[in-house]
Amino acid sequence: MDLCDRNMELREIETLEGHTDRVWSLAWNPATATAAADCPALLASCSGDKTVRIWERAPSSTRSWHCKAVLEESHTRTVRSCAWSPSGKLLATASFDATTAIWENIGGDFECISTLEGHENEVKSVTWNASGSLLATSSRDKTVWIWEVMPGNEFECASVLQGHKQDVKMVKWHPTMDILFSCSYDNTVKVWAEDGTGDWNCIQTLDESSNGHSSTVWALSFNAEGDKMVTCSDDLTLKIWGTDIGRMESEDNCGPWIHLCTLSGYHDRTIFSVHWSREGIIASGAADDAIRFFMENKDDLVEGPSYRLLLKREKAHEMDINSVQWNPGEDCLLASAGDDGKIKIWELASST
Amino acid sequence: MVSAGLINANPIVYEKKERRVRAADAAATFDEYAVEPIDQLEVFDHIRDIKDPEHPYSLEELKVVAEDAIEVDDLHGYVRVTFTPTVEHCSMATVIGLCLRVKLMRSLPSRYKVDIKVAPGTHASEAAVNKQLNDKERVAAALENPNLVDMVDECLAPSYC
Repeated sequence: MDLCDRNMELREIETLEGHTDRVWSLAWNPATATAAADCPALLASCSGDKTVRIWERAPSSTRSWHCKAVLEESHTRTVRSCAWSPSGKLLATASFDATTAIWENIGGDFECISTLEGHENEVKSVTWNASGSLLATSSRDKTVWIWEVMPGNEFECASVLQGHKQDVKMVKWHPTMDILFSCSYDNTVKVWAEDGTGDWNCIQTLDESSNGHSSTVWALSFNAEGDKMVTCSDDLTLKIWGTDIGRMESEDNCGPWIHLCTLSGYHDRTIFSVHWSREGIIASGAADDAIRFFMENKDDLVEGPSYRLLLKREKAHEMDINSVQWNPGEDCLLASAGDDGKIKIWELASST
Repeated sequence: MVSAGLINANPIVYEKKERRVRAADAAATFDEYAVEPIDQLEVFDHIRDIKDPEHPYSLEELKVVAEDAIEVDDLHGYVRVTFTPTVEHCSMATVIGLCLRVKLMRSLPSRYKVDIKVAPGTHASEAAVNKQLNDKERVAAALENPNLVDMVDECLAPSYC
């Protein structure tokens, strides 16, 4: 779909209310992302109210959402991050209580089947790899843990990664390869790979000397092809990074990531969330209550890639926006969550 | 924490400012439904009586906060408080900053964005303190720590002297 030449508008489809504190993070269930009649879309949200909520869309409808389940009494503090396994059967939730819980969807009921312990304090992020065989968590204790998913829903710690000098805000697996990315309060992004003998090592650090960020890096996201990455920061910029994916796959995982461009001057306060859609649109959610959309300028490749602001929605929420997430199955359907405790569903469409 | 030797054993104590009646308050009877913008003095009134974590004095009396170190942009819902620790190596700076943030969080409408900063050149680890006080995730985590919350509530409690 070619979005470049059209005037776009953002339509607010629904506001989901129920959380009694700020909503930190959102995750669309990948297996139910399309509006197939027998498979209603599911969205998980987690909050400072210590709960996780599962929202379900009425079958064959773009509107009419309801809260299907409230996952409570497992975490004793803020639930900071949530992530569905690629099959959509398991949900991992990371909490300030230093644990990560694994929930299984059993006939529509969510049961806590495992609790991962080990981090010294607040767990801030959790992510599954593409095959669902590995899980990674990151914490204020400055470490990243890699967990192997064993038969019988057992989770075994495969590695504890040390290298960040401050708390690790987010971890994210590459969309196709078992390479892990982490971003931190220490202003850096680190790239981690397994060396063939089971040991995980940092193979690259993207810091200020490599055109990286000058303050906390809050989040990162990949394009559909997996050869570009966007990072967002407290330094009020988005940065686009690129790699040679062919070399990355054929050689030693070491295809380095190179800074391509910096999107500065667009954001007024900290950027907490960034997400790249399948169609190539980057959405950002920031502490200035606005959601912005960016796209690559296809006609300006002489000096390397450049990106332009497609659309900005002021006051998308009444307070800071903590998470923006594109639906993985449906074009241009976005969910956002904020300090106002609300979740909003949006559709980005060409204006008529 | 407080008993293990004071960070600043002999702070200079300044006189409290006389309380002005705000023009808006005086005019309140005129039109009680008029929108009343929040100003410097109102923000100062919210934070001037916060108690120092280790002394029985208010932040105003220790000149940690002052009215002219507060910036307010009511239209855009923005407040910046710049505070001055009593000594350069004050390990209480983050606690004081946290008290300021919590008090304003509880007192101002939620549409307000609040930045808390140490006055330039008044603290040895100014950048680190500023970064921590303005990282809302770390602030949220700190405010789930019962000991820290007790300490903050103690500083925010009204004094009866």
